[in-house]
Amino acid sequence: MEDREKIRAFIEDNLTLDSEGAALADDDDYFALRFVNSLFAMRLVDFVECEFDIELENEDLDLKHFSTVNRLLALIERKSPARGGQV
Amino acid sequence: MESRKAVKCVVWDLDHTLWDEVLLESADVRPLPGIREIIAELDRRGILHSIASKNDHDAAWAKLEELGLAEYFIYPEIHWNAKSGSILNIQRELNIGMDSILFVDDQAFELEEVRSAHPDVQCMNAALYEKLTEDPRLMPRFVTADSARRRSMYQADYIRKREERAYEGPSERFLADLGMKFTIAEAEEEDLQRAEELTIRTNQLNATGRTYDYEELRRFMESDEYLLLVCELEDRYGSYGKIGLALVRRLDTHWRLNMLLMSCRVMSRGAGSVLLTYIMQEAKRDASYLLADFRDTGRNRMMNISFRFSGFREVESDGDSYVFRHDLERLPQFPDYIDVRTAEKMEQ
Repeated sequence: MEDREKIRAFIEDNLTLDSEGAALADDDDYFALRFVNSLFAMRLVDFVECEFDIELENEDLDLKHFSTVNRLLALIERKSPARGGQV
Repeated sequence: MESRKAVKCVVWDLDHTLWDEVLLESADVRPLPGIREIIAELDRRGILHSIASKNDHDAAWAKLEELGLAEYFIYPEIHWNAKSGSILNIQRELNIGMDSILFVDDQAFELEEVRSAHPDVQCMNAALYEKLTEDPRLMPRFVTADSARRRSMYQADYIRKREERAYEGPSERFLADLGMKFTIAEAEEEDLQRAEELTIRTNQLNATGRTYDYEELRRFMESDEYLLLVCELEDRYGSYGKIGLALVRRLDTHWRLNMLLMSCRVMSRGAGSVLLTYIMQEAKRDASYLLADFRDTGRNRMMNISFRFSGFREVESDGDSYVFRHDLERLPQFPDYIDVRTAEKMEQ
C-alpha cells in the first residue's frame, strides 16, 4: 500500500468523519474544531513512528503537522529522507 | 525484598501455591491455610489478583468457583504456555507497569522464566505467602472507597472491552454508545485520600509525576489562590470512580496548571483531555493565558502529546522539565460522546 493510502486508512478506521460517506480529501483538516482525544493522538503518533520507521521529536509534535493527509506525508518525508521519491 | 515499588496486582500460581496439591492429580485440593483471608484482605486494600497457572483451564476455574475464590481473580491466564507470556497479557489488559506486578510461584524455574523475560516484575517464592499482608509493598497509605471497589471496576471494564471487541465500526461511535458522564468538581475533604492515591498510582497520563501528600493537598483545597479539581467518570456499565485530578494556581494575569493527571483506566475512553479542555475554558473567563508544568518522566509521553496537540507550545525548558503556554484564543470543544457536568458550586 502506498503511504498515502496507509495514512488515509488509519484515519478512516479511527475517526467518525463528519461527511458521512464522502471520501476524505488529502487536504481536509480532520482535527478542525474537533476534540483531540489523547488516545487517538498517541495512536496517531505511534502509527507514524512504527509504520514509517521514524522517530518524532518534541518539535515535530505539533498538531498542524498531523491534521491533514498531505501534511502528514510531508512530515514523514522530512523525517525520513530515504522516502523522498515515493510520493 | 530489595524492591519497594508499590504492587497493584498479585499474580498467583495455583498448584502448591494457592492450594496444597496438584489439581490434575488430586481433585480435592485445599487452599493453603490463611490464603483465603490474605486474598480478601489485599482485595479490600485495592490490590488486584490474577492467575498464571499451567493447568487445565476448565478444571482449575471450576475448582476456584467451588472454593468461592473465583470472583477475586481478573484476567486469569490458565493454560500450558509460558508464564512470561501470561504476565505480559495480564499487564496489557490491566494497563499497569510491569514493576507493579508481584508474581508468586512455588517453582524456581517459573520465577526465573518470568524474571528473565520481564526483569521489572517483582517475584516471590510461594513459601513466603503468609508474610504478604505485612509486606510494605502491599500496604497502600490509604484504603479509599475507590480501593475497595477497584476489582469490580476492572471487572466492569472487562465486559466493556469484550463488547468493544465485538463491535464493528469506528471507535468513536462505540464511545458514543457508552453514554459516558464526566463530572468535574472542586475537591472536598473526603476526596483527599483518593487524590493522594492518584498522584502515587498514575504514571502515563501524569503531567509532572510529582506526588502530593494529604496535608499538601488539604492546603491547596483550602487556599483561595488554588483550585483543586477532581473528576469522576461513569457509563452504562457503572462508575470508574474518581479518575482525574488537577491543581491550578489562579494568578492575576494567568492561570498555571501545576498538576494534571488521569487514571490509565479511562485512557481508552477518550476522556484524557476532557479535564484539560475544561481548565482551558475556565481560565479563559478570567485570565489571558494558561501555563502548564510538564516533566518528562519517561512514561508520560501521552500527556506531552496531549498538551501539544491541544495547542500548547513550549515556552521554557530545563532538562526534563518544560513549561507549556496556551493563549486561549481558539479552544477545543468537549467531545460529543461525553456528557460533561460541573458541580454547581463552581458556577458562581
